[in-house]
Amino acid sequence: MRRLMISALVLGFCTGSAYANDELQELIEDPGQWAIQTGDYKNHRYSELDEINKENVGDLHVSWTFSTGVLRGHEGSPLVIDGIMYVHTPFPNIVYALDLKDEGKIIWKYEPKQDPNVIPVMCCDTVYRGVAYADGKIILHQADTKVVALDSKTGEVVWSVVNGDPSKGETNTATVLPVNDKVLVGISGGEFGVRGSVTAYNLEDGSQVWRAYSMGPDSDMLVDPEKTMHLGKPIGKNSSLATWEGDQWKIGGGTTWGWYAYDPEENLVYYGTGNPSTWNPAQRPGDNRWSMTIMARDLDTGMARWFYQMTPHDEWDYDGVNEMILTDQEFNGEQRKLLTHFDRNGFGYTMDRLTGELLVAEKYDPAVNWATHVEMDKDSVQYGRPQVVAEFSTEQNGEDVNSTGICPAALGTKDQQPSAYSPKTGLFYVPTNHVCMDYEPFRVAYAAGQPYVGATLSMYPPSNSHGGMGNFIAWDNEKGEIKWSLPERFSVWSGALATAGDIVFYGTLEGYLKAIDSETGEELYKFKTPSGIIGNVMTYTLDGKQYIAVLSGVGGWAGIGLAAGLTNPTEGLGAVGGYAALSDYTALGGQLTVFSLPN
Amino acid sequence: MQKTKVVLTAVALIAGSVPGLLADELDHVANIKPAYEEGGHYFTAEDIPTYNIKEDGTVDWPTYSGFRRYHSECHVCHGPEGEGSTYAPALKVSVLNMDYYDFLEVVTNGRQKVNASENSVMPELGTNPNVMCYINDIYVYLKARGTGDLGRGRPAKKEAKSDAIREEENACLAQ
Repeated sequence: MRRLMISALVLGFCTGSAYANDELQELIEDPGQWAIQTGDYKNHRYSELDEINKENVGDLHVSWTFSTGVLRGHEGSPLVIDGIMYVHTPFPNIVYALDLKDEGKIIWKYEPKQDPNVIPVMCCDTVYRGVAYADGKIILHQADTKVVALDSKTGEVVWSVVNGDPSKGETNTATVLPVNDKVLVGISGGEFGVRGSVTAYNLEDGSQVWRAYSMGPDSDMLVDPEKTMHLGKPIGKNSSLATWEGDQWKIGGGTTWGWYAYDPEENLVYYGTGNPSTWNPAQRPGDNRWSMTIMARDLDTGMARWFYQMTPHDEWDYDGVNEMILTDQEFNGEQRKLLTHFDRNGFGYTMDRLTGELLVAEKYDPAVNWATHVEMDKDSVQYGRPQVVAEFSTEQNGEDVNSTGICPAALGTKDQQPSAYSPKTGLFYVPTNHVCMDYEPFRVAYAAGQPYVGATLSMYPPSNSHGGMGNFIAWDNEKGEIKWSLPERFSVWSGALATAGDIVFYGTLEGYLKAIDSETGEELYKFKTPSGIIGNVMTYTLDGKQYIAVLSGVGGWAGIGLAAGLTNPTEGLGAVGGYAALSDYTALGGQLTVFSLPN
Repeated sequence: MQKTKVVLTAVALIAGSVPGLLADELDHVANIKPAYEEGGHYFTAEDIPTYNIKEDGTVDWPTYSGFRRYHSECHVCHGPEGEGSTYAPALKVSVLNMDYYDFLEVVTNGRQKVNASENSVMPELGTNPNVMCYINDIYVYLKARGTGDLGRGRPAKKEAKSDAIREEENACLAQ
C-alpha cells in the first residue's frame, strides 16, 4: 500500500513538472521573448534574432527609456514575456510590469517592505541581478533573502518563503533559477562568515525540497562519499570536515551568489561556491573544502555527482561563483558535452560536464601571476591544483605582511558579469577586469552579523599594460587562447549579449552601450547612457521588431574602488588614463534604455 | 589633567605669537596639531586623538593601524582611503566636518537615511571588536587623509608599535 502511494506521488510530481517546464522551455526557445536572466539554461546569452546585424547596427537609436526611481548599482536585466516587460531595481527591490503594447504603461508595481538594516550587511552595494519567471509567476528574491512568487498578470503575492537570516549577514544579490517544478535559490554573505548553501523550493507553494551546504558533514552537503567524484576519484568520507580546523566550517563561507546552469538531458544543475571566510588564510588552515568549487548536482535530489575545487585554501578572495556555460562541441576531434567557466582566479576552465574531467585551464588575462599554471598531469599528486607563486602567496608571506603586485585583484579577472557564447562563431565573449592588488592579511574576531574580512587591499591596473582597468575578450575554449582583446578604460562590469546578427553587445562603466563585430571585435556602434552600466544586455521583439535593452546605474563592487579612482603605488609605470576616477565620467542613475533600428 | 593644561597654555602662546594667523588656521591648529603624546598615541590640546606625521613622512603607529583597519572594516562601503563610493560618503571629509564625539556616536549606534531618493544605512558597529578596538586609529587615519597631510596608498614609513599599544590591543580584543 505504502509503495503504491509513493509511486502515485512520484507520478503526480512528474506530470506537474513536465507542464511547468514545457511552458518556460518554450518561452526560452522563442527568440522574441527574454524569459530567463541568462537567456537560456546553458548560460549562452545568445539570441537568434538578426534584424539588427553588423551591417545596420550603426543606425541603432534610442527607442524609449524608463527611470526605475532608485539610485544604486543596477545589475541583471529585464525579462520580456508575451508583451510584458518585468523591470527590477536594487534595494528596495521594486518590480514593475510594463505593457509594451501600450507604450510601456505600468500594469502593476510591487514594492516589498524590508528592514533597511539589511543594506549595510550586503557586501558591495545593494545590487540585485533580477527576477525569474515560471508557471505564471514572477519570482523575486529580496535583499533580505525572502523569496516571493508574484502573479505575473496582477503582481499579487502567491507565496513567500524566507531563505536566510540577515542579522547573521545572510543576504541575497542573485536571481533564482526555476527548473521543472523547483526554484533553486542561493545565498550571499561570504564577508560575514555565512555558511553557503543552495536550496530547492517547490515552485507551486514555496515549500522546501532540499538544501545542500557547501561545507560541513556529508549529510549537510548531500554527497555520497563513494559516488560523488573529484577529478575522477570518490571524495571519500568527511571530505569537508577534514579540511577545516575545528568548527571553522560553520562560519566557512562558500556562498552561492552566481549564475546557475541546467542540463535537462542529465538533469544536472551547475554552480560555483565562493570564498572561504575570513580573508586571512592563516586563520583557517587546510584546503577549506568545498569553497571555491564547481558543483554538479541532481536537480531532483540535490545529490552531488562531481565537485572540482579550483582554488584550494584561498588566499586572495577568488570566489568560484561565476557562470558555468554549457556547450555541446567538438573537442580534439570528439563531440563532447562541455562546461566552460571563467573564474575570478584568472583561469578559463573547460571541463567535461558529465564527469568533471578537467580538459583545459589557461589564463584568460596575460597579467595573471599568482599561479604559474594548473597541474594537468593526472598522475601528479598536484593534479588539478594551481601552482602558487611564493612571492604572491599571502599565506606564505604571513599575517601582517603586505604582499604586493598580485594579479588579478580580489575583484577577479572577471566577477559575476556574465559572458556570452555564440554557436555561430564558437567563441566566448568575456567582460573582464584588468586590475592587480596589494593584500595584507591580519587576525580578526568573528561576531555574528559583523564583517569578517581580515585583510587590507589596495588595487591598481597592471604595470606594463595599456593602463586601463578592463578588457573585453573573445576566447577559444578548446585551445585555451584569447582570440582578440579590446582594452577598456575601466573594468567591463556588464553582461554580454551575442546575436545571430554577427554582433556582440556590452556596456561600460562610463555608460556606453557598445556593439562589436563578433568575428573581429571591430567597434560598430556606441551610445552613452545616463549612468555607468553594470547590467546585462538583453534583446526581444514586439510585433516582429527587434529591440535591445540595458539597465544603467553605476555601483556594485565596481562602484567602491573605481568611483574614487585606484591608487598607484608604482607611480609612473602605467598610463595616466588608467587612474582616472570613474566619477569624472558618470554619476549615479537608474534607467532602462531600449534601442531599435529606425522605422 | 595638569599636564594637559600646561601644554594647552604653551600651544596658545605659540599660536598667539605667530603674526597674521587666520582664525580657521587657529582652529586647524587646535583640532589637528598634536599637543602631547601618550604611549604612542597623540592628542590635541583638547584631548582629541590626532595623527603625527614627521617631516620625512614617518607616520605614528595608530595612523598606520587605522589605514589597515579602515581597509578591512570600512572600505567596502566608504571606498578606498576614505574617498567615498557611489553609495557611501567620503569619510575623510566627514571627520573634518564632524565633532569627534559625534563620529563615535555614529559608528557605535549607526544612522539611517532611507527616503525616496536615498537608501543609506550606517550599521551599528558598537559591538564589533575589529572596529571599536581601533576606532581612534581609524579616526586619526581619516583625519590625516582629510587634511591632505597623508596621501593615498599605504604609508611608507611608520613608528614602531609601542608595548603600551600592544597591551591595549590584546586587552580590548580579549573582552
